[in-house]
Amino acid sequence: MIAWLFAPFLEFEFMRRALAGTFALAFGAAPIGVFLMLRRMSLIGDAMAHAILPGAAVGFLFAGLNLFAMAGGGVVAGAITAVGAGLIARSTGVKEDASLAAFYLISLALGVTIVSLRGSNIDLLHFLFGSVLAVDDPTLLLIAAVASGSLVMLALIWRPLVLECVDPMFLRSVSRAGGIAHLAFLALVVVNLVAGFQALGTLLAVGIMMLPAVTARFWARDITAMIAVAVACAAVSGYAGLLMSYYAGLPSGPAIILFAGALYAASVLLGPVGGLLWQALPRRHLEA
Amino acid sequence: MIRRILAGLVVALMACLPAAARAQDAAGDKLKVVASFSILGDLVREVGGDRIALTTLVGANGDAHVYSPTPADARAVAQSKVVVVNGLGLEGWMPRLAGAGGTALTVVASKGVKPLKMEDGHDHHGGDRDGGHGHAHDETDPHAWQSVANAKIYVANIRDGLAKADPAGAAVYAANAGAYLARLDALEAEVRAAIAAIPRDRRKIITTHDAFGYFGRAYGMTFISPEGVSTEVEASARDVGRIIAQIRRERIPAVFLENISDPRLIRQIARETGAKIGGTLYSDALSDAKGPASTYIEMMRNNIRQFAVALTG
Repeated sequence: MIAWLFAPFLEFEFMRRALAGTFALAFGAAPIGVFLMLRRMSLIGDAMAHAILPGAAVGFLFAGLNLFAMAGGGVVAGAITAVGAGLIARSTGVKEDASLAAFYLISLALGVTIVSLRGSNIDLLHFLFGSVLAVDDPTLLLIAAVASGSLVMLALIWRPLVLECVDPMFLRSVSRAGGIAHLAFLALVVVNLVAGFQALGTLLAVGIMMLPAVTARFWARDITAMIAVAVACAAVSGYAGLLMSYYAGLPSGPAIILFAGALYAASVLLGPVGGLLWQALPRRHLEA
Repeated sequence: MIRRILAGLVVALMACLPAAARAQDAAGDKLKVVASFSILGDLVREVGGDRIALTTLVGANGDAHVYSPTPADARAVAQSKVVVVNGLGLEGWMPRLAGAGGTALTVVASKGVKPLKMEDGHDHHGGDRDGGHGHAHDETDPHAWQSVANAKIYVANIRDGLAKADPAGAAVYAANAGAYLARLDALEAEVRAAIAAIPRDRRKIITTHDAFGYFGRAYGMTFISPEGVSTEVEASARDVGRIIAQIRRERIPAVFLENISDPRLIRQIARETGAKIGGTLYSDALSDAKGPASTYIEMMRNNIRQFAVALTG
């Protein structure tokens, strides 16, 4: 029984690499997901993932299946979208989410056009959807570097970031770090999505970022605990998803996200913070 | 099924055309010949030379197994004097197309070949690009041309068929065929020499092509299908694990896995097993003129070169 849980990883190097990759992703992406959720930007990740796609496609068209060209293209496209949407929101009356929607839709249409212009669009789509089973050394290093960098960066901008989640008006009145922290944070979102898309594909990368974060909301009240739960959820999902992929023959990326989804569903029911079951239980009245 | 219906429709439509088509026919003085697919077309061209006007229905890089004929194909068949097919169940769509034309002489190039059953036991078709190769298990393997000895039978059949349809040119066809058969003999020797240079215990590869049964029997190489490569969209960890375990267990020196379309995954498998990654094999169709397998002889040379590179290195 115990062997059942470890044998695939002992026997196959590609399983160990996949596990290392998903763990690194968990440490980088899950805390960012928590901040996105707390700042009511949960869908931003999705929009950004769509915006990154054409950048990666352009990188592929120019340099073929080159990790750095594709990652670089993705980062550039993501940065243009994030900064462009932010600038327009600040210089006109349009809200940031509206301009972001405009940017990512244009970007997505551009991406689909580029993919289609390239004769064999099927192949290109394969490349854009990385496989966690095919993580090679450079990819693993990229993911690990991004995760490490993200943690350091998060530590640096922790205070303004938390303050902005809780009371953005107060932050604006006492400090000008908010804007910088916001930009740095958006950069982290983009970079983590790019790293995630190398391993899981563009769309599933959002899953490992957001699902554990939303799950954590049902288990913890303070942000530190929430991040700990989110990272744990993401790591467990990666491990369990790979096992499911190994034993049940499921495609590995979706298996990981589906397991994260199952954790979320269980938490909605059972989570001690606002879970449905706990709400249904009769509570003891507080006594003065 | 839809293909069948479409093919039927085409055939029905064609019933109207032959009269017009045959009026045109008198114009050309060359013998109009139709070959069903590119490899056969190359053999027919070698034998017919410039006495024939050749139309190849399934062109370079096309899959003759699941081809669906176009109206132009039906017209070509209706106008032709000779239709050359592989037989052995390869061109399921051909008899009806030929039947609609009526007058053409049908040459079955594989007549006289000792047929081979499709190997069973492994899941040959699970990973096929179009979700099915067109023939089920326990059927005859139609890829007889993968053995040069069979190709020589093909050439003889084509020669006899052309001579029957065009007795005036019989001497030319015999001369062309004779010259080409000599080249095939040289090719046969070349293939045997190339295989002989590979150590006996290394003569096995994993390939997703199920077209090398005749080649394997004729030249003593083992072709093993990968177990459980079930999807080309995204492989599961189980698929990859099985392939790796199989390569280790059977000590397979090289893999030709073209239907796993993510090269990163193939590299991963190769890195983990030490097996070499093979290049592109041509089995069912020739490449275009610029490719490495533009003729039958070039195709066979390309394949043995790929085997040699992957297995001897």
